[in-house]
Amino acid sequence: MSSERTMSFSSNGTAVSVRGLNKSFTIAHQAKKHSTLTEAILDRVRHPFRRDERETFHALKDLSFDVKQGEVVGIIGRNGAGKSTLLKILSRITGPTSGEIDLYGRVGSLLEVGTGFHPELTGRENIFLNGAILGMSRAEIRKQFDAIVDFSGVEKFLDTPVKRYSSGMYVRLAFAVAAHLESEIMVVDEVLAVGDAEFQRKCMGKIKDVATGGRTVLFVSHNLASVTSLCSSCLVLKEGALAFVGAAAEGAQFYTDSAARWAREDRRDLRLCRASWAAPLIQSARVLGADETEQACLPAGTPLTIEMTFETPVDQPLRQPVMGAVFHRSGFGTVCGVNTRMTGFDDATGSQTAGTMRCTLRRPPFLPGHYTVDLWLGDGPGDSDVLYGYLSFELEDADVYDTGRAPFRDMGVIFLDPEWDFQSRSSGTLPPEKKPQTSSRQSHHLPILP
Amino acid sequence: MTTTSIPPAIAEPFTKIRPHSGWAALNLPEAWKFRDLLFALAARDLKLRYKQTALGVVWVIAQPLMAAAIFSFVFGKVARLSSDGVPYLLFSFAGLLGWNLFSATVTKCSGCLVGNSQLISKVFFPRLILPLSTIPSVLVDFAVAAAMMALLMAIHGVAPGWGILLMPVWMAVLLMLALGIGLGAAALAVPYRDVQYIVPVFMQILLYASPIAYAISAVPEHLRSVYLCNPLSAPLEAFRASLLHTAWPGWESLAVAAGFSAVVFLAGLYAFKRMERQFADVI
Repeated sequence: MSSERTMSFSSNGTAVSVRGLNKSFTIAHQAKKHSTLTEAILDRVRHPFRRDERETFHALKDLSFDVKQGEVVGIIGRNGAGKSTLLKILSRITGPTSGEIDLYGRVGSLLEVGTGFHPELTGRENIFLNGAILGMSRAEIRKQFDAIVDFSGVEKFLDTPVKRYSSGMYVRLAFAVAAHLESEIMVVDEVLAVGDAEFQRKCMGKIKDVATGGRTVLFVSHNLASVTSLCSSCLVLKEGALAFVGAAAEGAQFYTDSAARWAREDRRDLRLCRASWAAPLIQSARVLGADETEQACLPAGTPLTIEMTFETPVDQPLRQPVMGAVFHRSGFGTVCGVNTRMTGFDDATGSQTAGTMRCTLRRPPFLPGHYTVDLWLGDGPGDSDVLYGYLSFELEDADVYDTGRAPFRDMGVIFLDPEWDFQSRSSGTLPPEKKPQTSSRQSHHLPILP
Repeated sequence: MTTTSIPPAIAEPFTKIRPHSGWAALNLPEAWKFRDLLFALAARDLKLRYKQTALGVVWVIAQPLMAAAIFSFVFGKVARLSSDGVPYLLFSFAGLLGWNLFSATVTKCSGCLVGNSQLISKVFFPRLILPLSTIPSVLVDFAVAAAMMALLMAIHGVAPGWGILLMPVWMAVLLMLALGIGLGAAALAVPYRDVQYIVPVFMQILLYASPIAYAISAVPEHLRSVYLCNPLSAPLEAFRASLLHTAWPGWESLAVAAGFSAVVFLAGLYAFKRMERQFADVI
């Protein structure tokens, strides 16, 4: 198994040692969950001898790994794989259920910016408060104060309550405090890199400084590109267990290869996604990439196919099968919907009792992010079967314009293919033109990559 | 499962994370390391109190002064209770001074975890810092109100005796009891939010069940032994006696109350530490 490999050691000495780490949560069943003391007491009085039925959820299962000093470790995994729980245990926000962790150095955790910021307090007051909350002593904050203010660029507003800050200023100040935490071991969640594209670049640059400055960093990311560019090694988590330990590039490859398989393995029950009135006609559905294989993760702007198969009782054929797909982007809402009637398509006319229908988008204009798809199967003007949110896929950053510059990830949901036009109206003689730099591909970067 | 072989570590780990168990979790040296946070949080509470309030510090004096005036009217003028020979306003203000120290600590402590849930789920620090950080601001309020008390005493020409030197002792007894209750309530409030509604009701009842607006001597003789079961009775009465030469409660009842407060304090601390490990998961 790939996980038998050891991590690449950049220097001697262990920074983090994890042995047999388990974390489980007890979930009381919904009907017996008490949120008020009165309820809990009354229930105890009514049923003095009943034991609550509880279910144990294992968030982390028997993790063991070591991180060497100075190593930058990426932690990747799908939502719910246990990444955040691992970070919370390493930063001691919550305790393990069993297992041992030894940390050889002070741990600083950057899981969220602006924790403990108070809107009524001024920027200056918040720097001291937030610094203390993150574990800095007053002396340390004083020492770093100028650097923090400088990095945030809000020196003019230091004595203004932060509630009057723009959201950008707020985030910049918050990140600045967090970024100046000096500890031997840093635990970082990538969602930390926030704000506008320019500041994100600055954030990622700072994270990179931290990473290359000899400190040990554990870095949770959802972006494989930043893992491969920042990290020396990586851990892949799957349902709370370690699925891979090794070099960053191999880990990213392992994750890409496995993601579609995992998505298939734990694909949700068709019935759960089906609208209550719908007939169970859709038998299966999947997302295919450019190479016609099933994918959970695709580069933005590359061909994407939604495929579904249906089957009807022999005596109730669909007289005119219609396929529809509605795309939703997580955190943004519905993006767009298409169906064969609307866009015009008549290859599937005539009565059908079974078939496979496909919808291919040659260049889907969706920005990188997580998407879910609702599937519709209709019979002429009527709806027959619907699956809400049954399919999902992840679009990754990609050089969609072939310019080395990616579209702004969080500016809306789609990217456009504009045609620009320029007609010069300058007159007279102009100063000699500077030779434009054409072959500087290296200096162009995707906005969120350092 | 993965087991990576590593050379044995040379240095002792800086931090060891193990599953918690009982008292082992009461890590006082660690809490000391975070003392700067305690003061930063206390400073936050104080600053917030005086920001965007028109009267600010005036409230700290006005609230007990108005309560004392009402008590003087109801108990002194209407019910005509004895105040051991001191002006009734002074008498009830002294009672409220001790009471507010107690009740403010209980109230602030019991709400401190739920009120800072954002911090608990996102950052590590010894959770004990949160309830402890409420004490400095309670003490500042106490100092302001005590200055008012001194002014009132000067106006009425009442001088404290040597008993005033024992004031810190009664304050310590009251604070221990308050912290014990506050810590327990704070921990319980994490899974059970209605604790926040029970505490004010409980405090309201306790306000009238304790010798604040009246003296223990006003309680009928045959009920007095029951009355002294209230652990607040003896220290509050002693607190007032230290300032105003009013009647002292018996030494035995004081000793019992002090012992009881210590037990409540330790029990509250234990309950808090026992439940601490769940805070981040449940809150």
